[in-house]
Amino acid sequence: MDRKQCCVKLSVQPSRGLMDEKFIILVQNVFPGFQLTLHALYKCDDGHSWEAFAHYTASAIGTVNVSEDPSLGGTYSGVEPMGLLWSLRPVPGSKPWLRMRKMNVQTPMVVTISVYPGHQTEGFLDQVSLAGVVVERWYMAPGVRRIPITEAGLTATLFLPPGPGPFPGLLDLWGGGGKLVEYRSALLASHGFASLALDYLTPKVTIETGKMVDNQYFERAYKVLEQHPQILSSRIAMIGLSFGTCITFKMAVYSQVAKLRCIVCISGSHVQPIDGSVEQIMSFFNKNAEKTRFNNENQVIWHDLLLPIPTDPSLKVDVGQLQCPLLLVVGEDDQNWPAHESAMDIKEMMERAGNSHLLTLLSYPNAGHLIEPPFTPFAKASAFRDISSRQMLVALWGGETAAHSRAQEDAWRKTLVFLRANLYAGANTDATSFSNL
Amino acid sequence: MSDTVAPMLSVFPSRALVDENFKVVVENLPPGSPVTLHSLHQCEDKHYWEAYGHYISNHRGTVSVTDDLSFGGTYTGKEAMGLLWSMRPVPGSREGLRLRKRNVCSPLLVNISVYRGHVVEGFREQAPLASSLTERWYMAPGLQRIEIREKGVRGTLFLPPGPGPFPGLLDVWGGGGGLVEYRSALLGSHGYASLALEYFAPGELKSSDLEFNYFETAFNIVKDHPQVMPDKVGIFGLSLGASLTLLLAAESSIIKVGRINCPVMVVNSHDDQNMATVESSEDMAQMMRAAGNLHLLTRLYYPDAGHLIEPPYTPHFRATKFVKDTKEKVILLWGGQTKPHSDAQEDSWKKILAFLEQNL
Repeated sequence: MDRKQCCVKLSVQPSRGLMDEKFIILVQNVFPGFQLTLHALYKCDDGHSWEAFAHYTASAIGTVNVSEDPSLGGTYSGVEPMGLLWSLRPVPGSKPWLRMRKMNVQTPMVVTISVYPGHQTEGFLDQVSLAGVVVERWYMAPGVRRIPITEAGLTATLFLPPGPGPFPGLLDLWGGGGKLVEYRSALLASHGFASLALDYLTPKVTIETGKMVDNQYFERAYKVLEQHPQILSSRIAMIGLSFGTCITFKMAVYSQVAKLRCIVCISGSHVQPIDGSVEQIMSFFNKNAEKTRFNNENQVIWHDLLLPIPTDPSLKVDVGQLQCPLLLVVGEDDQNWPAHESAMDIKEMMERAGNSHLLTLLSYPNAGHLIEPPFTPFAKASAFRDISSRQMLVALWGGETAAHSRAQEDAWRKTLVFLRANLYAGANTDATSFSNL
Repeated sequence: MSDTVAPMLSVFPSRALVDENFKVVVENLPPGSPVTLHSLHQCEDKHYWEAYGHYISNHRGTVSVTDDLSFGGTYTGKEAMGLLWSMRPVPGSREGLRLRKRNVCSPLLVNISVYRGHVVEGFREQAPLASSLTERWYMAPGLQRIEIREKGVRGTLFLPPGPGPFPGLLDVWGGGGGLVEYRSALLGSHGYASLALEYFAPGELKSSDLEFNYFETAFNIVKDHPQVMPDKVGIFGLSLGASLTLLLAAESSIIKVGRINCPVMVVNSHDDQNMATVESSEDMAQMMRAAGNLHLLTRLYYPDAGHLIEPPYTPHFRATKFVKDTKEKVILLWGGQTKPHSDAQEDSWKKILAFLEQNL
């Protein structure tokens, strides 16, 4: 007859951490060999509930250490210290096609981690757990300052690290979904980079006039960084994801105003009409709209819109003229953009031009399009509003949960090392201060 | 402006409980350069507290407070947490200040900075090379703070997150009076349902009005709480509270039967100028030896530590203001030397937590 398990000790260290930091989950005081389920519950700002769970068997001394012991099943398996975060998914009965994005970075993500008896797969919220703790995950480190920027007609937010500076600067561009997405910039500022998150598809000026921004909009954003008293004008970089990479490539190669020290391009492409504005680049993509495919679940695959990679030089940014280091990050299962094919072409162009020593290519098998900061829950497909057609669709991003999450963690660490090496003085590329990542 | 970017100062973890360690690292300094690491805190009463240590960067331009030695300042040697425990009021402050946080729901904010050279004063008048902010919390996330006004008992209960049941603690402070919550908050963060008990209004030492009954009622409130294990409730006392604790353990018919029948841990400092605690605990040990229950007693004895053994890294106060019942303001000499006292706080806290875990 089973003695009832009680007095289970559960601890998560640290209980308050940054979003990209690892934690250690320890269960103690259970019977040796006891079967238990670890469960994470998160209620996001929109009110949706997300959960993850994993099955463990306690050791001979009655403990489970998530950093060392394998999960035997659940929303992740194997030894995965952070699996309870990156495998979070909407609870059964939720609205379909959700994607977790925290828009308010001034409050933490609050996650409840609990232990349940046995290897369970559902009904967690209908029962009392054996033990539970609360963990806070922050995008902003203490002392990071959040400054809304509305000058020069911009819609942006600047995140400054604590202290007098001067700091290197970063211009941070997201993709075709628009909106002002702050979380990556907040996290970058927590690592010592003054980072400007810029809304360029749905800024105030576009909402009010119906007109998309011109290329000077981005140069004005650059100038905000260049002229800021706490930012070093000689150490400004740019990071772009998806559509944001189009602007990043263009500015790095062609802009007379922007002197970028280095650039990071994630899940994007150099393919575009090189003299085009945002609007013109978008119509260029839409010209190939008939190449849109749908999978069995009617999810949109936009991967082919830019294919084949053109040979016409007016249709792709001449990366052979790039004069600063480029970190290129792509997922090989990207179903939204031909990021991998573009990366191959970029590599070839740079090799021909003799500047391929500037290129670092990180290509991840089984990773999809949305290569986000680490431990962000994986979404293989989610609801997406197409900016031009205003239609709500389900976009297939691609990737497989564990491989994609590994890619996010690795790419982020390497991105920080790359930025530090290029933006902070000296040869101190020693990664020891990221040992907590 | 020069092309040089600022050195990088990092504190990890940036948000922690007050009894947790942190690592302070400075990178990107010129190699072999003298620098001063400085901490600054403005307490609730608006006074400023600071500490500092003098370091020299290595060949890679790095200083690590955990690994390197401080050559001067408010602490010397290899002291990972020296920037906290050696804090003292900035020059020009009033006499006899004590750092105590009353609002435990918000963190202690400490500014950590690095200055060029070996600086000894005037920190707030010059610009540091870099600075960072760290939060030190008494309350872990999910900990509930519940005000108790029940059966005449006044206090605050801290309940850990989760279904429980939890071991319980009655936390009895000293003769300073008022309601001191931070130790209970910290104990709650370690998994105990802890009731911080108010038994004097601040400044009122009405010892004749102190009734045994009050403490027994308080003890029962903890014991009877639906989320507390009734057979796992202990008492934690400091200073006058310690005397009370021992009295309750020995004499109370409700709080464990008979003469001391439960494990007791006594923490003593040799340089205690406030109460003759060493002599008392010697006496107590003899009594227990005679009664045959000496095995229940654990004594921790710290030479050169003072009276106020607070949670770790709390700055040391050799003497602070205190208000007696006659409204006379006196300075009470608590005693102790800063470094040994801080070591005592750190060591005793660890041992206390282990003792509680073992017995509760």
